[in-house]
Amino acid sequence: MSKLKLATVWLDGCSGCHMSFLDMDERLLELAEVVDVVYSPIVDTKEFPDEVDIALVEGAVASVDDEKKIKKIRDHSKMLIAMGDCAITGNVPAMRNPIGPEAILDRAYIQNASAQAQIPCVVVPKLLKVVRPIHEFVKVDVFLPGCPPSADTFHTALTALVNGGPLDISALTRFGA
Amino acid sequence: MSQTITIDPVTRLEGHGKITIQLNGQGEVENAHFHVTQVRGFERFSEGRPFYEMPSLMARICGICPVSHLIASAKACEAIMSVRIPHTAAQLRRLLNLAQMVQSHALSFFYLASPDLLLGMESDPKLRNILGVAAAKPELGRAGIALRRIGQSIIELLGDKRVHPGWVVPGGVTEPLSPEKRDKILAMLPEAYSSVGLALGAYKQIAGTFQPEIEVFANFPSNYMSLISEEESIDLTDGALRLIDATGKIIEDGITASRYTEVIGEAVENYSYTKFAYYKPLGYPDGSYRVGPLARLNIVKSMGTPKAEKELTEFKQLATGPVSSSFHYHHARLVEMLYGIEKIEEILADSRILDKHVRATAGVNRLEGAGQAEAPRGVLHHHYKVDENGKITWANLVIATGQNNNAMNRGVLQAARHYVKDGKFTEGVLNRVEAVVRTFDPCLSCSTHAFGQMPLVISLLSADGEVVDRVARD
Repeated sequence: MSKLKLATVWLDGCSGCHMSFLDMDERLLELAEVVDVVYSPIVDTKEFPDEVDIALVEGAVASVDDEKKIKKIRDHSKMLIAMGDCAITGNVPAMRNPIGPEAILDRAYIQNASAQAQIPCVVVPKLLKVVRPIHEFVKVDVFLPGCPPSADTFHTALTALVNGGPLDISALTRFGA
Repeated sequence: MSQTITIDPVTRLEGHGKITIQLNGQGEVENAHFHVTQVRGFERFSEGRPFYEMPSLMARICGICPVSHLIASAKACEAIMSVRIPHTAAQLRRLLNLAQMVQSHALSFFYLASPDLLLGMESDPKLRNILGVAAAKPELGRAGIALRRIGQSIIELLGDKRVHPGWVVPGGVTEPLSPEKRDKILAMLPEAYSSVGLALGAYKQIAGTFQPEIEVFANFPSNYMSLISEEESIDLTDGALRLIDATGKIIEDGITASRYTEVIGEAVENYSYTKFAYYKPLGYPDGSYRVGPLARLNIVKSMGTPKAEKELTEFKQLATGPVSSSFHYHHARLVEMLYGIEKIEEILADSRILDKHVRATAGVNRLEGAGQAEAPRGVLHHHYKVDENGKITWANLVIATGQNNNAMNRGVLQAARHYVKDGKFTEGVLNRVEAVVRTFDPCLSCSTHAFGQMPLVISLLSADGEVVDRVARD
């Protein structure tokens, strides 16, 4: 059997979901026997591959780049998993929604700066007016709630998906936990 | 015609960044930048929240070093409450912060940097990752996984969760430590000692082969800043700020959290969402300084624990005066991991750690408060203002990565100038430029950037900066 191709991506999140993924510890080595990590912040692939079996996506969609990314991920992935509360509800990144990006940028780079106060605009991507969860942009196949989901949740879910068994993580997950 | 080399995204980094290298018509490197490409707005959207929510909310800035945010935030809240937390609570937080340093340094050294160090800067990019290390050097790969697991497990035992524990609160911690949990932590330490010993031995064996990298990986004189104890030892959780210059001379000392604005300013560059911190009296960019493991070991006079003390003595022999190449951050990180394990053992040996009194309570007694703590990658400041009901009216954060921002940018330029010749470069050359950033272990977890572009794109620009052609490399 050829190995499944796994990608992990983070959009607007804190990386806590990725840390929890790494918290599988030695189980990562067992996982590596049945999946290839083809794209992830921890490997050196620079471009999202054409064909991915499972894409785990952390974080909400907050910038024009995030929006491009999530569409590309969807186009090239058989299964897309929204990992963690930010991907599923917007969570903490969406706390800026009532305020708007202009006020956020003004506070950080104009008011709370002591030299060269200016809004960064070169190379850095524009922020979207509203931060939204990924299912508002693309179809999501599996939701793994949690802030972050635990390593056991990842292990149970990925084991079920790799073996093609039933996927029931309801007892392992809850929002915020 | 000028060209721009773009590395996008920089991989094996905590968060997504991007590097651009500008070449002139002769193919010489004119300039280079490290871009951090996301902003989240914690400083603004925390406004209106009750101050006692801050530690849990601010922890969500970062899934790698949430503990440092928890601690700096709780300390800012305690300044608002005007309380002194119980001794045991302070020691329990110290334990938590040490455990975080062990797991975070293990992540940085093994998961992110060791593929360059153990497999080679020019090794196959497809295998140049932690799984490749575990396959080629199983003992070291497993030591790295073990060290990260042990740090995370200690955090879980203390705070019930590995990432974003809710245990640290304004006034102390929510639960005391049980003897059973203490014994479980102590039982993990032998494996931690042997794993870090293995890593130190392996690193020292290969460090000499990286002399060319040591020369150009952000190797320049600079100022350094860290917290330091009254005994001039390393202190990640309390202590006061010290700033030294490139010769090791103390230029600021004893700066408590409430005084950080006297010494630290923040500048903005138009190409990065991460600000550039500087020492105010020298202005920007002359007042730029480095923080994190290299800065800490350059500043402290002792580690305060016997094994790490020996390692510090050896580390300081790398240079006369402060060690100036950022390549040595890796070495410093290993020394600090050893210190962390020793210090955890020392704290747990004191029976007062089991004391049940671990939380002080108070309301709003001051309308402003600041807290500081060392994150694994450098000192961190949280500063809040509240109204009389304890509602946050203003917040400012100075994070470690911002304080290394100028040095990272200079380092990227230094390495690019050295390695990119006549407009020619290989994948291994670009990986070396990325590896400069990895030495700093920056935490851009609130940062992510573009793909959907080619991995490497060379844009040909006309004299007025218009893109006239784009070439993609596989």
